[in-house]
Amino acid sequence: MAPRALNGWRMGIVVVLGLAFGVGPLILSTYWVGLLTQMVILAMLAMSLDLLLGYTGLPSLGHAAFFGVSAYAVAVLATGYGAGFWACFLGGIIIGTLLAAAFGLIVSHVRDVYFLMITLALGMVLWGLSYRWIPVTGGDNGISGIPNLLTHAGIPLTGGVAFYYVTLLIFAGCGMLMRLLVRSPFGLTLRGIRENEGRMKSLGFNTWLHCYLSYVISGAFASVAGVVWAYYNGFVSPTYLELTASSELFLMVTLGGPATLIGPVLGAAAIVLLKNVMSAYTARWLFVLGIVYIVAILGAPQGVWNLGTREKT
Amino acid sequence: MTYLITQTLNGLFSAALLFLIASGLTLAFGVMKIVNIAHGSFYMLGVYVAYTVVLRTQSLLLGAIVAILVVAAVGFVMQRFFLRRFGTDPLAQMMMTMGFALMFRDGALMIWGGDPFTLPYPSMLRGSFEAGDVVFPLYRLFVIVVAGLVGLGLWMVNDRTLIGARLRATVDDPEMAAATGINVAMLSGLVFAAGAGLAAFGGVMGGPILGGYAGIDFDLLPLAFVVVIIGGMGSLKGALVGSIVVGMLDNFGKALVPELSYFTLFAPMVIVLALKPTGLYGKA
Repeated sequence: MAPRALNGWRMGIVVVLGLAFGVGPLILSTYWVGLLTQMVILAMLAMSLDLLLGYTGLPSLGHAAFFGVSAYAVAVLATGYGAGFWACFLGGIIIGTLLAAAFGLIVSHVRDVYFLMITLALGMVLWGLSYRWIPVTGGDNGISGIPNLLTHAGIPLTGGVAFYYVTLLIFAGCGMLMRLLVRSPFGLTLRGIRENEGRMKSLGFNTWLHCYLSYVISGAFASVAGVVWAYYNGFVSPTYLELTASSELFLMVTLGGPATLIGPVLGAAAIVLLKNVMSAYTARWLFVLGIVYIVAILGAPQGVWNLGTREKT
Repeated sequence: MTYLITQTLNGLFSAALLFLIASGLTLAFGVMKIVNIAHGSFYMLGVYVAYTVVLRTQSLLLGAIVAILVVAAVGFVMQRFFLRRFGTDPLAQMMMTMGFALMFRDGALMIWGGDPFTLPYPSMLRGSFEAGDVVFPLYRLFVIVVAGLVGLGLWMVNDRTLIGARLRATVDDPEMAAATGINVAMLSGLVFAAGAGLAAFGGVMGGPILGGYAGIDFDLLPLAFVVVIIGGMGSLKGALVGSIVVGMLDNFGKALVPELSYFTLFAPMVIVLALKPTGLYGKA
């Protein structure tokens, strides 16, 4: 797959996104800074799913699990144990990654629709756990009172804009790492597995191990996003682990364009924008979101970023 | 002992409802390789439609018939106009059903409001069944028997009729089946519609006990998926065995360790997947 040239409307999208993410928070109102923060965190999450869904060809419908569990880990560590910043930050990432390492053992040998169904079931079991394991998770009430990231970390800055730029920095770091990863020999092997696993096997690649690692790495990046989100929101609840969360994530990647990394960023921005604008005008935004799913699949089955390119990415 | 028997009967009742939901899910999967997120919504729509009819006519039987027909028609239209065109793309199909699931959920909230309700018990099944110390509601027993009959009926259709033979051929190899002159597209539509109708029937059967409320669709969906995964995707026998396993586990889990009740489903699923990734009766 040759990288698509950055011309015409794609260049336009990059410029608009770059401007919005780069200087937007300096001129926009607090409400919009909040939305931009959400977009950046969810973009990170959507990119992590893209590693799995787009590059490795493993459609995970339980990816919100790592996001939610790491967010819960931060909440429990911070409020239940009074842990410090680094303990929470690293603890959340480590717990999310360990979960991915454990789930990966179960799912790495299944493919296609079976992968979809099993990740879905695993994700929903976690949701059930968060919902009913009340002594630890607070059940439906969730856990509130997560300290502010900046004060918790001892950074002498306050306010939404400062938080936004810290988030953007983490996003940029993770984005770079993921870009390096997909262009590395490892990333190329993943794409090879997606295109033809049998051939990769006969070439001597351990495809199970590659899928497993891809799953764990993807879970690790999702955990980073979960930790940041917990700090952003100051509150966790079972909605993070719901099927709708996982499928919205799925929509961000497929709507934006799988196996492009930038497509999911676009998808995340579009969905966050759409949800917030819609919920301001109508209480029926869930209905509208349903229509968006259907229209997106009918209109751009390969994703917006891949529009106009005939090759299947 | 009495406790054990009562809990076992309760578990069988859950299993009966789960079987009604999961059999349609697994058949649709077998024929179309479709992961239908909207399957829980069919159950929900079944309860709501039956509720409307029962309020107007006071007839539970009429409510059940209308609910099955309406939801089966919805399923048929969904398959014919939205899913069939993505015949070879399970991801697009899954996203499509997700979109429908959201629309059904919000649509139901719009039409029927968010208040929970239950369907009335059929008058002749109000009492309890007593044998020694065991007292068990007659209606639950009735649901277990009905689900057993439905299972028997499905097995007869699948094993003893021409349409069943076509169905099995399509599950095995859709392309070869089409080459021998089987109208796979039409068959898929019928199976999907029948599955939707069965889920709606499950909704009506569970209606007097579980009732209808906003969110019941996504409450039942994971259970149905776990059934299908344990039993083997596409296998009717698997759906039966899976329902009983999940129904029992869910019930005893809720009774013994209520906090972790959902989690008790996790262990068997993992064990089955580790030993046999295609499920107990699934084909690779």
